[in-house]
Amino acid sequence: MTGTRLAGTRLAGTRLAGTRLAGTRPRLLYPGPAGLIEHTARYGPPPSGLSRPQREALIAEVDRAGLTGRGGAGFPTARKLAAVAAAHSPAVVVANGTEGEPASIKDRVLMARSPHLVLDGAVVAAELTGAGRAVIVVHRDVREIMDEAAAERARAGLDRVRLEVRTAAGGFVAGQASAVVRWVERGVAAPTATPPRLAQRGLRGAPTLVQNVETLAHLALIARYGAAWFRSAGTPAEPGTMLVTVLGAVREPGVLEVGTGTPVGQLLELAGGASAPPQALLLGGYFGAWVDAAGAPGLPFSSAGLADLGAGPGAGLVAALPVGVCGLAETARVVRYLAGESAGQCGPCRFGLPAIAEQVEQLADRRSADPWLLWRWLGQVDGRGGCAHPDGAVRLVRSALRTFGAELERHAAGRCSGGPAGLLPVPSGSRR
Amino acid sequence: MSSVLGGSQALWFVSRASGLAVLAGFSAAVVAGVAARLGPGGRLRLAAGELHRTLALFCVAFLALHVATAILDPYIKIGWAATVLPLASPYRTLAIGLGALAVDLGGAVLVTSLVRQRLGYRAWRAVHWLAYLAWPTALWHAVTAGNDLRIWWVALVLWGCTAAVGTAVITRLLSRLRGPALPDGAPP
Amino acid sequence: MTRPARLRVDFIACDGRGLCAEALPELITLDDWGFPVVSGQDVPPRLLADARATVRACPRLALGLDAGAGGHDRSA
Repeated sequence: MTGTRLAGTRLAGTRLAGTRLAGTRPRLLYPGPAGLIEHTARYGPPPSGLSRPQREALIAEVDRAGLTGRGGAGFPTARKLAAVAAAHSPAVVVANGTEGEPASIKDRVLMARSPHLVLDGAVVAAELTGAGRAVIVVHRDVREIMDEAAAERARAGLDRVRLEVRTAAGGFVAGQASAVVRWVERGVAAPTATPPRLAQRGLRGAPTLVQNVETLAHLALIARYGAAWFRSAGTPAEPGTMLVTVLGAVREPGVLEVGTGTPVGQLLELAGGASAPPQALLLGGYFGAWVDAAGAPGLPFSSAGLADLGAGPGAGLVAALPVGVCGLAETARVVRYLAGESAGQCGPCRFGLPAIAEQVEQLADRRSADPWLLWRWLGQVDGRGGCAHPDGAVRLVRSALRTFGAELERHAAGRCSGGPAGLLPVPSGSRR
Repeated sequence: MSSVLGGSQALWFVSRASGLAVLAGFSAAVVAGVAARLGPGGRLRLAAGELHRTLALFCVAFLALHVATAILDPYIKIGWAATVLPLASPYRTLAIGLGALAVDLGGAVLVTSLVRQRLGYRAWRAVHWLAYLAWPTALWHAVTAGNDLRIWWVALVLWGCTAAVGTAVITRLLSRLRGPALPDGAPP
Repeated sequence: MTRPARLRVDFIACDGRGLCAEALPELITLDDWGFPVVSGQDVPPRLLADARATVRACPRLALGLDAGAGGHDRSA
């Protein structure tokens, strides 16, 4: 079994840290890579050869477990499974390990540490939906590891389902579900219009289940241990554990596995604590929202806990912005990146995001910007696209304007509280 | 004049006249179609689009008249099959055959346009390009099947149609070569 | 008895040609980049026929009229 080397996963200049857990035993992440033997010793054999009533019972179990998507949308997994299972033609499963969000590394860490858990989940999902094959789309950093794991299983004759590992496209929108399907089908990583829904017609017209790799890993464990076990962590409304990438001004950035609803302050503590007094936190991802650091520590890291602030756990990400770094400048860099990452298929996104980025850059540079124009464009771009990309960028900017109000005033007076930006990773030329 | 009013002469005149009307209408439809695509301003594009559709239906009506009167004319033997089957006409097989081919191509465009909501954009668009094939076929049919080019104003109409459609087609090709039509997208 | 219907824009298909805003200015305006802004409200019955005609007028088949329209597929 190869080592845990994850090419290129340096996170803002610091090494990838280990895993830590809050209160419960690790579920998804154990130290070290797990070959098939260690994996089976650790978790037990995967369920297989399910009869039809057993499949229906397991979907019901997943429903009781309350598993929701861990890719950012948070859609109930059992409902997706049922929708695809109910289709009249052979289905296909697509495991989404693209991780297009540059600041997030949790999916890569999961695939590097527990590739078999992800593959187990894909196989279970395939059995539940009547699919004969599962396409595992993975970030190129972990392609080799996933290939090896799939080969190990093939040698052991483990699965009745055919597993195909493919390298994901680069780019922010490449991780969107329909974009992944189009990437596999035609090598174009851009979202497609719905209707028709992927559950009805997706990859080459077949009913398609697209599921984030972390969600599949949880599914693999629910299939073994049941709903009650899954619910023994997290909150009643949002049960289970989740993987969170913590980065920015913390002493030990990395990936944590925590129960949903863990207070944000505890996440920072688990990441070694803040390395500098935090000013604000970016929650969810680049399509997420900034929140003021002052009220943050007590906030539960869950949809319910963050909803009032216009934020959410998103793709499981917490980035700490310290005092002394200009939040507007960081936001401007990210928004410019997001504008460049537009698939370019929809006018409001393709033209609106660069226009918005220009305005935010002007605010960050202490040049005069037109706030009326910015608000107008935010309103014109939100919700008007073929996917949620523009919505996310709008959410980020609106939250920045809310959270960095004091900074805005300073900028209007020609001052700035921070040094040069560069905290949040913004890859250049990553797309196409 | 009484010979003109004789039944078969009337059919013959109506057939030639309606044929010319179809060609003129078809040509105007092509120009309107290109204007609907490349015209400046949403208002013009909307008007051109509606005109394009109306003219196309106008063509269908006059085409029906043109075909019916030609076939019903007892003086020449064409037969109904020759409406859609090229090489089925005993009279001027090639010339009438071109007409049938034009009907086939135009018919495909028409049918797909009528059901395009159900068909989907891609399939509809692919078939629609056949219109650029149907027009020269119709023109060639007009030149070979009719004897009227020696009448000066008929020739004028034909040349006018050719010039108009030629301009439209060249404009369309140039815009396609330059790349897919992009909206301006410039903020105020 | 007409069912409630809402206009929906497929922004991936839409090219910003602007025919819809000309055909139905009561319900469709253009944003600063020439793309249609449709309200999420039901089409008033007196404009339903015009709305259907506008849907047919779209050269890219990007405009649709259906019950309970709007938003992308969040289940995918």
